[in-house]
Amino acid sequence: MKQGTRLAARILGAYAVIYVAYLYVPVLFLPLFSFNDSIYISFPLRGWTFKWYESMLANDALHRALVNSLKVGLTTAFISTVLGILGAKAVTRYRLPGQKPVVAMIMLPLVVPEIILAMALLMVILRAGGSLGLVSIAAGHILLCVPFAMVVLMSRFEGFDRSLEEASHDLGENGWWTFWRVTFPNVLPGIVASLLLTFTISFDEFIMAFFLGSTEPTLPVFMWNQLRFPKLLPGVLALGACILIASVLVVLAAEWFRRRNTSDSQSGDVIIG
Amino acid sequence: MPLDSAQTRTLSQARGFIGRRPGLRGYLLLSPTLMIVGTLMLIPVLGMAVMSFWQQTGHMAFDMSGTLNNYAEAFTRDMYRVLFLRSLSISGLTTLATVVMAFPLAFFIAFYVKRHKMVWIILVTLPFWTSYLLRVFSWKVILGYNGAVNSGLMSLGMISEPLDFLMYNPTAVVITLTHAWATVAILPIYVSLEKIDRSLLEAATDLGDSPFVRFFRIILPLALPGILAACVLIFIPTVGDYVTPSLVGGSDGYMIANVIQFQFGRGSNWPSGAAISLTSMTIVAILVGAFVWSARRLSGRRG
Repeated sequence: MKQGTRLAARILGAYAVIYVAYLYVPVLFLPLFSFNDSIYISFPLRGWTFKWYESMLANDALHRALVNSLKVGLTTAFISTVLGILGAKAVTRYRLPGQKPVVAMIMLPLVVPEIILAMALLMVILRAGGSLGLVSIAAGHILLCVPFAMVVLMSRFEGFDRSLEEASHDLGENGWWTFWRVTFPNVLPGIVASLLLTFTISFDEFIMAFFLGSTEPTLPVFMWNQLRFPKLLPGVLALGACILIASVLVVLAAEWFRRRNTSDSQSGDVIIG
Repeated sequence: MPLDSAQTRTLSQARGFIGRRPGLRGYLLLSPTLMIVGTLMLIPVLGMAVMSFWQQTGHMAFDMSGTLNNYAEAFTRDMYRVLFLRSLSISGLTTLATVVMAFPLAFFIAFYVKRHKMVWIILVTLPFWTSYLLRVFSWKVILGYNGAVNSGLMSLGMISEPLDFLMYNPTAVVITLTHAWATVAILPIYVSLEKIDRSLLEAATDLGDSPFVRFFRIILPLALPGILAACVLIFIPTVGDYVTPSLVGGSDGYMIANVIQFQFGRGSNWPSGAAISLTSMTIVAILVGAFVWSARRLSGRRG
């Protein structure tokens, strides 16, 4: 019996290691070939080079795309986090009649195929005589990011003791000051996590940026456009490797903030993508 | 401008009215979020629904008298039927593969990892936050004609010319999607496994259940909500995936999203694109509903 369990543990452990390798190894091909001294993405490797990174640094179109991505990402992160704070406070602090369907509606963009949301937005914007550009991309990204901001912040609001807020009220602070002096410092790690996560989502998002962006490419759209030219592929890999590293760092930072000072770092507050 | 006493009174009355109704205050707080989501999602989707009954007559010009032609076409044209069926079966296979592959891992983290659970969780969720486009793109690098697999096998002398069946077909789409969505399956399954009361397992063992029987009688039924959530979270978005079929699918691997995009883009037939979008969303919603319902019933009967 005992031996059987140990065997099971060993088999499952081996499986887990293989699975993690399966998750990571395919993606590692991008950085691997980005240092390869050949325009062909194939084995055997020809030798080390940094020239794809150098050519990337010198590319003006890429700089413009990067600036676009940053503008959209920061706007999206700020607005969706503010909306997330309001929404999370509302659903965790008040008993709202009909709360379930309302929250479900806010979460809906998580499951509706992005292409349909993008086409519907495109159609409405053009019909209303609006123009496409960074603003419309940001609008699409906010729609996608609000659910994530809500989830992150709801677990933070639920995680801290409500009696602190009540105590502040009882001691004569009004709602506004209670928010700034009690609620805000307590949910701050959640706010930072939400800002970082929504920024990453926006920064990496392709569909909305591609269809709602017109002539203003963000980085993923810039990359997509480069894919048509085999000669530019190694440069795309170099750029991709940089984006991967940046995302990983931002997300790790977000995780760190999200779990700070929470006693309830149990499974319940894991974000379900 | 100073408020006169009557205005002040109305204002404080209004405050009192809102203050006494916490539900209303809550909704007031929620209203900006609701308004933005409503404007950015409900209005466009409703607009799409209206559009699907129109007829395109020229560039940005429509016959708005109302017709069911777009739906008739969406259901009867062979090309659409092929794409619908292909999208559904690609997503179905993807969902099955991701969930089956993720379950043992979630099981391992929930029951066998004692310390550093969170390290494992972060390790398996991290890729989810990296660029979807890049994760898909890496499979183009791996499976391509001159890609990693082909050139690797050739330089090892195992094949003499590149295998051309690796990419640009539905199988490549399934392989790529399975990898790209793997992280989404793990979490909900892990959460439901983690929630299982360990004393139930001890009770089953004490009453003489073998680990095998125990797994099927206790663990699997209790993990079902997580498994269902994983299925839904993967099946719905993958049916409408655009990036993967475009990058690795080739013309044999095109899915319904490609035709939706075509109708709104070069095809410039918005009403048709709208009808196909809504039809596919409805089909998916019905399938998912039926799936969840029957899975719940099946497990209910067993318990």
